[in-house]
Amino acid sequence: MSLKGQAYIVGAYEHPTRKAPDKSLAQLHAEVAKGALEDAGLTKNDVDGYFCAAGDTPGLGGLSIVEYMGLKLKHYDTTDTGGSSYNVHVGHAVQAIATGRCNVALVTLAGRPRSEGQATGTAPRMGNPQQPDLQFEFPYGPATANMYAMCARRHMHQYGTTSEQLAWVKVAASHHAQYNPHAMLQKVVTVEEVVNSPMVADPLHRLDCCVISDGGGALVITKPEIAKKLKRPLVKVIGVGEANKIQGGGVGLDLTYSAGLESGKRAFEMAGIKPSDIKYASIYDSFTITVIMQLEDLGFCKKGEGGKFVSDGNLISGVGKLPFNTDGGGLCNNHPGNRGGMTKVIEAVRQARGEAHPKVQVKDHGLVLAHGTGGSLGTRHVGSTVILERE
Amino acid sequence: MSDKVYQAVPSTPGTETYWDAAKEGKLMVQFCKDCKKPHHYPRGVCPHCMSTNLEWKQAKGTGEIYTYSIMHAAKPAYVIAYVTLDEGLSMMTNIVDCDAAKVKVGQKVKVVFKPTDNGGKLPCFTVV
Ligand SMILES: [Zn+2]
Repeated sequence: MSLKGQAYIVGAYEHPTRKAPDKSLAQLHAEVAKGALEDAGLTKNDVDGYFCAAGDTPGLGGLSIVEYMGLKLKHYDTTDTGGSSYNVHVGHAVQAIATGRCNVALVTLAGRPRSEGQATGTAPRMGNPQQPDLQFEFPYGPATANMYAMCARRHMHQYGTTSEQLAWVKVAASHHAQYNPHAMLQKVVTVEEVVNSPMVADPLHRLDCCVISDGGGALVITKPEIAKKLKRPLVKVIGVGEANKIQGGGVGLDLTYSAGLESGKRAFEMAGIKPSDIKYASIYDSFTITVIMQLEDLGFCKKGEGGKFVSDGNLISGVGKLPFNTDGGGLCNNHPGNRGGMTKVIEAVRQARGEAHPKVQVKDHGLVLAHGTGGSLGTRHVGSTVILERE
Repeated sequence: MSDKVYQAVPSTPGTETYWDAAKEGKLMVQFCKDCKKPHHYPRGVCPHCMSTNLEWKQAKGTGEIYTYSIMHAAKPAYVIAYVTLDEGLSMMTNIVDCDAAKVKVGQKVKVVFKPTDNGGKLPCFTVV
């Protein structure tokens, strides 16, 4: 059975906060759930399937958060693939709905790394020593930024990608963020400002890195019969794909591509369309290099040509061929809980509905894509691609 | 020369051989006796074929830099890298005891051992 068209995203909500010292994590989960359900025109009692990432829902899996919100469920999935969890959840929710495991699926994300003062990208995080790779990696100081920097360095070496090309990704995101009153960084920046910002992890500058923010987001996904009774524009899920990438025991290490190579192919195959049919793409943007690699892997340009592809405003809505992250993305708007997949799906839904900011709304929004990467491009990660169609 | 003492993570059952050898200045690599392929990091099962028929061999300790990054956000800055060993497999490491500004992709390197806070040694690399 194909999952194509078996479910619709009927509710989407991004929390307006970017710093929430006065709110608990559970409160944030509940507020985004309420927001997405109100957006859909449904209530808590309609929800019979819940999806969250175990890592941002303290308690056993999501059990405590489910109880906090008072949900009574038939289906429950706490898959955690880091930032791409929520793209994965869309696929898992469609599957659960298509097979009759649930009718109305709620997905939530919340986080407060900013209030908790986490040095998210620059301090290596010690984990459980039983994590098998930890003793062979942690002593060397793998933070998030320098792992992605190593991907960028290799991409530059192999394909001639430049810092200026990386900077164009940030420039495009900033052009979009100027219209988002909730965005953390609303100032338009230039290529020169990006490459002259302080070096964080060579070759990535400060402005090559995403923001750190509190907040969250939620989605409501349901079956066609229910979706068609609601008052919201119909946004159908027509393609989902996931894939992981591992180091293969260190043999044949290649840091110039991501799991998006396979997850994208799977999603496009299911949808029965090709990358050139997509007129808006939400692309995970933890760093500028993340975007370039994933655009190549998803087939928007050839491997190695991502730097050229993003240059000269090609990602800016109204200017370039492939508008991306029109909310400002993780680079300028929001990266709640260090998990950007949720906001990628939310902005894709806004675009498909025609409800993005008028200054950045794409005219041809019948087919949109949201892609996420979770884990690290520099070690191991999961990519997940979602393709949506406005019906 | 840096006098940094690295923060170690405790070994787990099966990885002691690697760390005991490092203490004696030897870099060990696991090979699979069935599919003949090497792997890093060390583990109890071959990631290529799932065989548990494994053996340890001492690596030559030489290789080249696959990629690297200078972590300017840290004080002092350090150079993280993946080095591809002559045995044909890559490992995460630090490049030490040399001018970070002169580190390049493709640079030939050799292993050196640096102290850890549990009395052991950590394999790092320096330019040849
Ligand atoms: Zn084997």
